[in-house]
Amino acid sequence: MPEPLLDLAGVHTHIGRYHILHGVDLAVPEGGVTMLLGRNGAGKTTTLRTIMGLWRASAGRIRFDGADITAAATPDIARRGIAYVPEAMGIFTGLTVRENMLLAATTGRFDVARLDAVFALFPVLKVKWHDAAGGLSGGQKQMLAISRAIVEERRLLIIDEPTKGLAPAVIAHLIDGLAALKETRTTILLVEQNFHMARSLGDTVAVMDDGRVVHTGAMAALAADEALQSRLLGLSLAAHQ
Amino acid sequence: MSETTPRPPRDWAPWLVLPAVLLVTLPLMSFSTWITLTVAGAAMGMMLFLMASGLTLVFGLMDVLNFAHGAFVTVGAYIAVSVLGRLTGWAGSDSVLLNLAALGIAVLSGAIATGGVGWFVERTIIRRVYGSHLQQILITMGGLIVTAQIVIALWGAQPLLVPKPAMLRGSLLLGASAIESYRLVAVALGLLLYAAVHTVLNRTRIGLLVRAGVENREMVEAMGFRIHRLFIGVFVAGAALAGIGGVMWGVYQEIVTATIGDEMTVLIFIVVIIGGLGSITGCFQAAILVGLTANYVGYLTPKLALGSNIALMVIILLWRPRGLFPVAKQ
Repeated sequence: MPEPLLDLAGVHTHIGRYHILHGVDLAVPEGGVTMLLGRNGAGKTTTLRTIMGLWRASAGRIRFDGADITAAATPDIARRGIAYVPEAMGIFTGLTVRENMLLAATTGRFDVARLDAVFALFPVLKVKWHDAAGGLSGGQKQMLAISRAIVEERRLLIIDEPTKGLAPAVIAHLIDGLAALKETRTTILLVEQNFHMARSLGDTVAVMDDGRVVHTGAMAALAADEALQSRLLGLSLAAHQ
Repeated sequence: MSETTPRPPRDWAPWLVLPAVLLVTLPLMSFSTWITLTVAGAAMGMMLFLMASGLTLVFGLMDVLNFAHGAFVTVGAYIAVSVLGRLTGWAGSDSVLLNLAALGIAVLSGAIATGGVGWFVERTIIRRVYGSHLQQILITMGGLIVTAQIVIALWGAQPLLVPKPAMLRGSLLLGASAIESYRLVAVALGLLLYAAVHTVLNRTRIGLLVRAGVENREMVEAMGFRIHRLFIGVFVAGAALAGIGGVMWGVYQEIVTATIGDEMTVLIFIVVIIGGLGSITGCFQAAILVGLTANYVGYLTPKLALGSNIALMVIILLWRPRGLFPVAKQ
């Protein structure tokens, strides 16, 4: 079995005096989409932030592409080829769409072919190219956040609840965009509550509860087993739509 | 898909404040007096902008409450004393070019010296108190006091005279208005440095990073940039700008004391607050607004002059609680 691209072993995270992660074990295989599911407060966002070094793991080990990144600084982790799209999207509202994208291009220049591919995924960004990002709608901001993450080739995309608060039509468009990205064999770790997105994109799944990973397996197997969904998530995935 | 999302209307109101103040005061005095006061206010505003611009970026980008920012002004003013004191030949010459060269050397020396002091302060003091406003206030207030004592130890406790370059002492007559030459130099230098800072912030990648960092430091780090290096650069540049402001203010006053920076601190904070945290354009406009208000009110109702800028700040904040052009989210 090939070594996973990202591997968390026994990761604990404290935020202040609160113990949030209680020994997370998670493997993200290369070239697929791993869904990270769980109830609110299960520790999904904390797990992503700990991977990015935004919160420090107090115990355990995080390996990326064979290298230990547990104690690495956030910029060093990002420079290894990990792009992070936080739940709040992290858009710089005072900058234009172009400037937001330009910041994500590490060389300070756009790869034109890559940029065209991004525009093909999300054409609205070409229309809004010189507009202030603060003026975009919620869905457009999410598209910008994802586009920023893929404006260059990355080893791993970490995306936290991209559909949160978006209208169904926008979610459908976002799923199409991520599905196209999946076709390119980009490795994605995706936290999501939307069942339709989880089922249509996920290859593998990890379910978290109370700061631990309590289930791992194939997404298709979880999607087909309502009893397992009820046990792990408290209700069926269909109810999450 | 909402590609037709209406663009939010541009907020023009803050841009109208300065023209409104200029227009409202025009009928209240003779035109020549208005011109003289406007140039005087603009010159004071430019010097305030130089002193405050670094603070607004440090505040916005680093979330650091640096009450010792006035110390850079003090150091700059004393550097002006020392440099111009050694260049009395150039400063006292009848040649405008030599006068400007002497002033230019003083400005450059002030920038280098205060930039160096800024680097030392960030490395030894500020970096230890990131994230704690209370500690920042206490330690930087202490820094202001210590700086005043160091200045007294080096230059003495007595007020020192600053030799203002000879040809910059006089006034130019513009119609019936007398405009002091030095004020024109201050306006020109202020405009030049505003243009430079504005260009760096809006036309370079470093400027892009600074603007992004002011909004969301964490995301800049998550995109692979070491924001602390940016912090140091901004802190040093801010200190250097304050030093330049100190040189210009010291020469303008023609006398400096160890508390010259302390005395400017309140005005500097008023400018930063009115302008909106993290905004260079806001800082620029607020500085001119404060300079104009001080001069107009000082002429029209001298008894209100002392409190005029506090009143201005209160009015602006009642209207715009985050200042005219807020950028930072803190």
